[in-house]
Amino acid sequence: MDLNPRFRFETFVVGAGNQTAATAARAVAESPGTTYNPLFVYGKSGLGKTHLLQAIGFLALERQPSLRCEYLTLGEFVERYNASVAAGQLDAFRRSAQETDLLLLDDVQFLAEHLELQAELLRLCEAMQAVGRQIVLTCDRPPGEIGQLDERLVTRLSGGLLVDVAAPDFETRLAILQRKAEERGATMSREVLETVAEVGAANVRELIGMINRLISYQAVADTPITPGGARMLLTGEAPEKEAVVLAAPAAAAQGDEFTAFLAAVSTTVAQTVEAWRSRVGEAVLRWQGEGYRTHRLEQLLLGDEIPDVTAELDRFASDVDELKKLAEEVAAFDPAAAGNACFRDPQALEEARGYAERVKEGVTPPPPPSHGLDFDGYVEGSANEGAVRAARSVCAEPGRGFNPLFIAGPSGTGKTHLLHAVGNALLAARPAATVACLSAQVFMEELVAALDAGRVEWWRRRYRRADALLLDDVQLLAGRDRTQEELFNLFNTFTDEGRQLGFTADRVPAQLAGIAPRLTTRFEAGLVVELTAPDRPMRAEMVRRLLTARGVAAEDDVVQYLAARPADSARAVQGLVNRALSRMDPASEALTVETVRLAVEGRPPRPSQAQAISATVPSGLDPVLGSREKIVWDWPNVGDRLVEEQR
Amino acid sequence: MSLVNFTTREITCKIVYYGPGRSGKTTNLQYVYSQVPADRKGQMVSLATQTDRTLFFDFLPLDLGTISGFTTRFQLYTVPGQVYYNATRKLVLQGADGVVFVADSQLRQLDENLESLQNLQANVLEHGVDIRALPMVLQFNKQDLPAELILTPAELDEALNFRGVPTFPADSLHGPGVFETLKGIAADVLRKLSESGDGIRRI
Repeated sequence: MDLNPRFRFETFVVGAGNQTAATAARAVAESPGTTYNPLFVYGKSGLGKTHLLQAIGFLALERQPSLRCEYLTLGEFVERYNASVAAGQLDAFRRSAQETDLLLLDDVQFLAEHLELQAELLRLCEAMQAVGRQIVLTCDRPPGEIGQLDERLVTRLSGGLLVDVAAPDFETRLAILQRKAEERGATMSREVLETVAEVGAANVRELIGMINRLISYQAVADTPITPGGARMLLTGEAPEKEAVVLAAPAAAAQGDEFTAFLAAVSTTVAQTVEAWRSRVGEAVLRWQGEGYRTHRLEQLLLGDEIPDVTAELDRFASDVDELKKLAEEVAAFDPAAAGNACFRDPQALEEARGYAERVKEGVTPPPPPSHGLDFDGYVEGSANEGAVRAARSVCAEPGRGFNPLFIAGPSGTGKTHLLHAVGNALLAARPAATVACLSAQVFMEELVAALDAGRVEWWRRRYRRADALLLDDVQLLAGRDRTQEELFNLFNTFTDEGRQLGFTADRVPAQLAGIAPRLTTRFEAGLVVELTAPDRPMRAEMVRRLLTARGVAAEDDVVQYLAARPADSARAVQGLVNRALSRMDPASEALTVETVRLAVEGRPPRPSQAQAISATVPSGLDPVLGSREKIVWDWPNVGDRLVEEQR
Repeated sequence: MSLVNFTTREITCKIVYYGPGRSGKTTNLQYVYSQVPADRKGQMVSLATQTDRTLFFDFLPLDLGTISGFTTRFQLYTVPGQVYYNATRKLVLQGADGVVFVADSQLRQLDENLESLQNLQANVLEHGVDIRALPMVLQFNKQDLPAELILTPAELDEALNFRGVPTFPADSLHGPGVFETLKGIAADVLRKLSESGDGIRRI
């Protein structure tokens, strides 16, 4: 519900009866969630609780416009709760409530009638307080006096600050009357105002009603109202001598008939046209609960214009229906593609349509190469010189030179990186090209899914559209005859049309077990290059790059030390660097040889352990014993691993 | 045309005063007209052609200004009460959002009231609308006449108010009850609108 702009701190008359409440409210508005949480304001009806509550909202929003502030009467809260329960969207309701930074809840005395809601409110209070979100509540009595209120909720509500708002004293009443008269542009003598203040109203609303009556009377009467006249108009008791002045009310009432009619119609119209907000709000809750983006509807709520709500909601619903249909259609071809975010956003309907069309036609590109893996990040050296040169020449002349390019080498030597680098280079040269770059495992899984769903042809089309096919770890296809057959067909299509193929495996084609000879011989027909373990200069370069990437300055001796450690692959070098960095003092920015040695080799053995070892192993025999990385220091407890058999 | 036009931000309510001849429909409109402040006064049109009396009705536009961002207009119409002007009555009823049935409280007019009510129902039905779906209030006019000549509101309610719609005793000549009736039908029409959410079915 919107805040009423009339209810601000500037228009709140502070007196003895409400000073504490006003001060606390201001403190809360200035820094929600930090001072009094929850703030519980209670007092009789018509004493300004709602005014204070909304003033908090206004001031808080003025200070932090990004704040999510919600003003609700308990009735509205109940309505939302019930609507969400009825729609099965309780989670969405809770989420939305808990994400409010400042919750202003009016008239909570009616909680007594809603037992199930008490638990909900308790949960909400706990959740909001836990993350420092502010709750302010108003009530006509303190929490302890609300009948049938859960004890936990009573303590929770009393746990922040309880303040009461008392009826205004004479001075406050006079101040309120003066302010109201000014607001309405009416001139009224001080005596008249004092008379009204003296007449005494049980609450501020009644007081305002009194001044309104005087203002409307004065508007139709020619003479300004006198104190006695005011008293008579308000209480019916009048000194006789002033009866003359009061001869007019009947006429006044008559003349005002049209105004009264206008007021009545205004109220009804306002209620009617403002009803659209709650309709849109309900729709937002509902669609969010179903996981759709409701940005479009939220925009409606933010605007001042009153939209054609029914048309907007219908349009949203029909868009969602279409999205659902599209997602279903797409799921039949490619279950993964159905999860695309565009199918959850009615605003992206056009995009979703295009995407679905592409998927259906098999135009959705197969997996592309990973972004980060390019030639710039690839360390070249004697171990991979030949391979890199071949890869570059493939990129220069895709499909015409070495086709296929087969990269063999043990795990961790950079085959995948090189393959993706080729893919990225091909894409960089021709951004419109489709480069399929994926592991043989994924390739196989996609085929199985396509077979399962009876859309192999679609799957084939998808790959046939590619301008290059780069398949990682083809050794995984061993024994997978169907995948091999599909690959064989694809292979032929690609080579016939001069499109580039690239493969990697942990060994050369001739040694690949379980792969049909018709494939291995074709692999060999291109160029087979081998990668070997990186040598020391390469390792040094890798270490240097890894450290630079982590923003760590390192002396050359550190790099050399790490490069000298035995490592048979790029991955091993990376592990080494990670270990070294793990021991680094976070305060210092540079890595020293000592730290690195400590991290890699561990502390020198303690004397007792050294003696124990030297007792069994003659000292000087094996220098390896001094290195932590060669020795297992922490043996598992053998006792834990023994299983005693009960005989 | 819908009752609430969100595009042009207009609310237009057409309210038809229906009832037997000489029951005080035009008097109602005249009283409303007399109370409208000068700056809001439109023109009250009474259409009565000298030669051809089939087209005969009063029309009072009430421009209520901008309410909640909507330009709000009430159009008040009366129908000719005499039995033989039924074609005109049908014409005027077309597009009505609500009906005020002005009943003559005089004892001797009871049959005319009933006849006119039946006529209203038949005419509304001819427009394809169930009378129960149409916002309507009853006004028991001429309550200022001597008690022996008229029926009390309770008796009239018993005799005429089959649907249990809101009723308003009135003295349209002097004013009491006129605006209450108008307020009643306005609230009814607007409430119906908020219930259906997208405007109500017009006749």
